[in-house]
Amino acid sequence: MSDFPILKDIVYLDNASTTQKPLVVIEAVKQYYEKYNANIHRGVYSLSEHSTLLFENARKAVSEFVNAECVVFTKSATEGLNLVAKGLPLIKGDEVILTDMEHHSNILPWQQVAKEKGIILKFARVKNFSLDVDHLVSLFSPKTKVVSICHVSNVLGCENPIKEISRIAHSNNALIVIDASQSVPHMTIDVKELGADFLVFSGHKMLAPMGVGVLCGKKKCLEMLSPLVSGGGGIKNVEQHDFSLNDVPDRLEAGTPNVASVVGLAAAIEYLKGIGMEKVTHQVNWLTDYALKKLSSNRSIVVFGGSNGVISFGVDGVHSHDVCSILDQKNICVRGGHHCAMLLMKQLGIKDCVRASFYFYNTKDDVDKLADSLSLVKEVLA
Amino acid sequence: MNMYQENILEHSRNPSNYGVLDKFTHSVFDSNPLCGDEVSIQLLVDSGIIKKVAFSSVGCVISRAGSSIITEFVIGKSVDDIKKMSKEDMLGILNVELSASRIKCALLGFVALKKSLWGVSDVAD
Ligand SMILES: Cc1ncc(COP(=O)(O)O)c(C=O)c1O
Repeated sequence: MSDFPILKDIVYLDNASTTQKPLVVIEAVKQYYEKYNANIHRGVYSLSEHSTLLFENARKAVSEFVNAECVVFTKSATEGLNLVAKGLPLIKGDEVILTDMEHHSNILPWQQVAKEKGIILKFARVKNFSLDVDHLVSLFSPKTKVVSICHVSNVLGCENPIKEISRIAHSNNALIVIDASQSVPHMTIDVKELGADFLVFSGHKMLAPMGVGVLCGKKKCLEMLSPLVSGGGGIKNVEQHDFSLNDVPDRLEAGTPNVASVVGLAAAIEYLKGIGMEKVTHQVNWLTDYALKKLSSNRSIVVFGGSNGVISFGVDGVHSHDVCSILDQKNICVRGGHHCAMLLMKQLGIKDCVRASFYFYNTKDDVDKLADSLSLVKEVLA
Repeated sequence: MNMYQENILEHSRNPSNYGVLDKFTHSVFDSNPLCGDEVSIQLLVDSGIIKKVAFSSVGCVISRAGSSIITEFVIGKSVDDIKKMSKEDMLGILNVELSASRIKCALLGFVALKKSLWGVSDVAD
């Protein structure tokens, strides 16, 4: 893919961690700093107005891309999840349902709130490498206020039935928070259709620069959140001892945002639209299926999950980091370890695993190289 | 870079001083949260000299080989000398090229051993 200079010499299979950036995105960031850099919102000179326009156009682009009523820019999915967990007016005794397959970013903020406010966390089980939906449903009680769940698991790759879970949450008067970090990059997402009250994702996993994430959803839900940080840009009026907050999204974006990365995110969305999300989905799923087939012919490999661009596996008797280092010697980038999902590792009865994750720019040849190099792992260590 | 040299692989396959000591003066358990590697070490020190050492571990090739090599090295040495060893000294003994993220694996046993000799939960570089 000539659009991605970095891919020239490597086989990059760690896309669930972060994707590479196409030239148009790199160029958009460069152009921003060469031509348009000025702080947004506060200037009345043309340069600042232009910068503000780029920022707000990016917000529109995101909002259209995922069909969300309201879009807040954050620095990452993690920040978005923190904003929701810590910003919601939860009180002692309220219950929050999570799952055992969540990324630490969708567990730790809730644990902090649990400790500070005395809310109760309940975890839905994983069964046969996917969510035990019946178990999740059984966790609802009149005290359930929130369900916070990933759309696609970053380890198993499984897609959770979000529409159904939204419906159940709403019929129990609970809010639903969706960690869409692993789905927005891969498939057409319709926030309204999913029934999401809140939905978060990171730009850097979908071609955009690091440093920009999105928290979006229903305006009336975002209005419930008290800001995690406060200061410039977030207020309407300031007195010596008090202030009044601005409207959403501004009130949740205090401080100078990462405008260049936001502009880069808009360029990334434009690029993805140019390819077509259906094509992205198709290519990623095709590669995943092909990789599953290739890896299953290697008898020392045990696969834990394989769908939606993610394959997690172990090589019999070999630590995941040894597998990674051996593949690294062939310029193949895969990830080993617990993938920020220690609860899931415990459920699977493992400490770590190897994860190969694909994006549309990966090729059949990349998968062949992965499979060939994996067949050498035992030899190298023999 | 080839970190899987024959001597490293040999130490990983057949580690020296693998097991547990019945009688010991020092004992430590340590882990690397990044990868979940774990090591336990016991030492028998007499008159300031390390007489015996044993380790057991769960983890990667590099961490197991590193523990095996450092336990071989310390037997018969004085506690004071080992306490003074730096990470660079340890990497020198290992004598293998490692990528940045794997240096922690290689040092797991060494750092644990130093912690036990200092009697602290953390040691300076
Ligand atoms: C499912 C999931 N949630 C949250 C995150 C956190 O993303 P970030 O580190 O960009 O905040 C990730 C990224 O690893 C993820 O895969």
